[in-house]
Amino acid sequence: MRFSRTSKALGMVAIAALALTGCGASGSATGSGSTGGDTSKVILADGSEPQRPLMPADTNEVGGGKVIDMIFAGLVSYDPSGKPVNELAESIEGKDGQHFTIKIKKDQKFTNGEAITAKSFVDSWNFGAAAKNAQLSGGFFESIKGYDEASKEGSTVETMSGLKVVDDQTFTVELKQPESDWPLRLGYTAFVPVPSGALKDPKGFGEKPVGNGPYKMADGGWQHNVEIQLVPNPDYNGPRKAKNAGVTFKIFQNDDSAYQSLLSNELDILQTIPTSALKNFKSDLGDRTINKPYAGNQTIAIPEYLPEWSGEAGKLRRQAISMAINREEITKVIFNGARQPAKDFTAPVLDGYSDSIAGSDNLKFDAAKAKEAWTKADAIQKWDANKTFTIAYNADKGGHKAWVEAVVNQLKNTLGIKVEGKPYATFKEARNDATAKTLTGSIRAGWQADYPSLYNFLGPIYKTGAGSNDANYANPTFDKAVSDGLNAASVSDGNKAMNKAQEILLTDLPAIPLWYQVAQGGWSDKVTNVDYGWDGVPLYYNVTGK
Amino acid sequence: MSTYILKRFLQLIPVFLGATLLVYFLVFSLPGDPIVALFGDKPVNEAVAAKLRAQYHLDQPFWMQYLLYLKSIFTFDLGQDFSGRPIAAVLGEVFPVTARLAIMALIFEAVFGIVFGLIAGLRKGKFFDATVLVASLVVIGIPIFVLGFLLQFTIGVQLGWAKPTVSSAATVQDLILPAIVLGLGSFAYVLRLTRTSVIENMNADYVRTATAKGLSRFQVVRVHILRNSLIPVITFLGADLGALMGGAIVTEGIFNVPGVGNRLYRAVLSGEGPTVVSIVTVLVLIYCLSNLLVDLLYGWLDPRIRYDS
Repeated sequence: MRFSRTSKALGMVAIAALALTGCGASGSATGSGSTGGDTSKVILADGSEPQRPLMPADTNEVGGGKVIDMIFAGLVSYDPSGKPVNELAESIEGKDGQHFTIKIKKDQKFTNGEAITAKSFVDSWNFGAAAKNAQLSGGFFESIKGYDEASKEGSTVETMSGLKVVDDQTFTVELKQPESDWPLRLGYTAFVPVPSGALKDPKGFGEKPVGNGPYKMADGGWQHNVEIQLVPNPDYNGPRKAKNAGVTFKIFQNDDSAYQSLLSNELDILQTIPTSALKNFKSDLGDRTINKPYAGNQTIAIPEYLPEWSGEAGKLRRQAISMAINREEITKVIFNGARQPAKDFTAPVLDGYSDSIAGSDNLKFDAAKAKEAWTKADAIQKWDANKTFTIAYNADKGGHKAWVEAVVNQLKNTLGIKVEGKPYATFKEARNDATAKTLTGSIRAGWQADYPSLYNFLGPIYKTGAGSNDANYANPTFDKAVSDGLNAASVSDGNKAMNKAQEILLTDLPAIPLWYQVAQGGWSDKVTNVDYGWDGVPLYYNVTGK
Repeated sequence: MSTYILKRFLQLIPVFLGATLLVYFLVFSLPGDPIVALFGDKPVNEAVAAKLRAQYHLDQPFWMQYLLYLKSIFTFDLGQDFSGRPIAAVLGEVFPVTARLAIMALIFEAVFGIVFGLIAGLRKGKFFDATVLVASLVVIGIPIFVLGFLLQFTIGVQLGWAKPTVSSAATVQDLILPAIVLGLGSFAYVLRLTRTSVIENMNADYVRTATAKGLSRFQVVRVHILRNSLIPVITFLGADLGALMGGAIVTEGIFNVPGVGNRLYRAVLSGEGPTVVSIVTVLVLIYCLSNLLVDLLYGWLDPRIRYDS
């Protein structure tokens, strides 16, 4: 129960403050696919307060991301299965995987009437990448030539040399090196165009964003900490046309109260059923629920800078840990089927996914083999019996405690070593130790895809020196295999190469894949036609009244 | 009298400085870099992080940060939160909501607490008294979040008498259930306090005199018993207003009230120092002012109390 604990902590801060003040008081008390349905309904959905102003390149969390995705349209968007479909793009052509020519559709406009041209895209991307604008998602442009110069600390360069406007409808992109899956990324919200006013006054724009997507923000629609009102954009004519009269995101501080709201029909769609309701939501909601895997997973990263976990012994130990975890049991008992046991490092909804990559046996529960591997590792380098293996997690959100405890018990029972869960009070503390490489044990790591591609689960996390490489994994053979995948002539060849690269990971196990995420949501009896996308977010534009 | 009030106001200055300094220090000492957390699981772009740190003065040592914050207060510009909005505007949004909630809770606990306490005190040892005493014990014993969830589920979801979470406007009607939950604990205290006080005063000499003089029962109770019994109760209620505003975090969380508690919770988690300090400072000031008000009320309730300057 997350807020009882925090409120206690906050209470302590408040009491400390009050005690010091000496105010004189003594003792203070303290369903999918089908069509039809009512299109005049405004859909009430749950949301969270965006962390930053609503600028596409400055938004990297779900609360703001959901809104940006609905009020903007980029070159492509993803269909429910994760396949890119053209929105503004007429064509995206590139033969060598490094040089692309992008043509955009004619007569496209932002809701303020400004025309969308090739220049809109180039200016928006340059703005996102330039260090002086400090945009949180600027890293998405890193593959483009000239990104390094523009994004360096203190840089005054405001444009990337790899972007060139040819005419109103055409621009070209040159990447630093060939990356065959680059066009796949273009559906991510950082790549949408923004009107010229946004670049002059990003902060003001972020309060009242003007986009080109299936929805637009209602006048005064963003009531901070309360709700965000979106209304359909009548001029939008892409694949995500709104089938309702608007979507209002009610901002909830915790999922439990959102669930109570849903039960009394005050809320129409709840994206994620809270852990506390997993046992009875099916009887509460009947068939108004969904259970659908999406592109996300959960792993435990074990840093190789820890002496016990480096070299051959470390590798054997990681294999032992992996085989000592009974994923089937945890997904069934703890999660009630809200997770699926992992068979690789990616996610099953992705194009090119395979559940039988060589080495995936290492992810199967096998107590005997686990013990054997552990003993073998001990022969190389003795494990100090007094040492405790820790699994760190953040206790502020996500409900990780239950499964970490379960994994801890399984490891204890199978391997007979000391294991403990190590809670961090907040996500930011956990991230701090992870990025500073000062972890003293393993840490839970989750990955949610930004764009539907196998590479997104491999490159940014396990390549040598990659930004999210918490495990400090460095293996030139793996790096090479991933580059081969990026250089492949076609997407399917690329996918094959990526799965080859995964064979290396499945042996080395820099992180131990646990399970795939499954979206479990529910809706009220006032709406119908609810389905979720590849990323576990409801397809709000498709929802209608009953 | 006016010198007394002036003196009390001057006392607020050190209180204000002390509170801001302490709270700022507490937030500053929270582990973890708030800017790193903004990036989530994504790689941290050092250039962007450095720029943001400079913008929020997070690259400065503690004293510098604190002095910059004080400066921002005296220039009536509290700075910005992480979403780039002026903190003053944030305070302007959340405080009215929580004030509404806290005042409703205060009215609830005062009216019901005093009435029930008075009746229980006058009928000491009778059935009503015993029932009320046991019930108040139960209310005090159960943690507020348990009561909150319980009432939310039974009254909000199952019976449908009230909304389980408040609407966007957080109207008075929406806030009735949260206010009752928020005020329940204090209600029990007010009740017991009034009861004890009433019982004490019933045996006082002046009550006997008043009865002997031939005053009606109603007049005796209203003028001689109740008024004298209210002094400890008013002290408690005054202190409680501040506690209710600061302590509404749990209740606001359960009923999703867009007030101070919700915003403070988020600001603490994300490490937004200036937002936390600004909110807590206003809470401290409210606490001090309500205490001052209580002290002034004493004189009205009991003319024997004088304010010496």
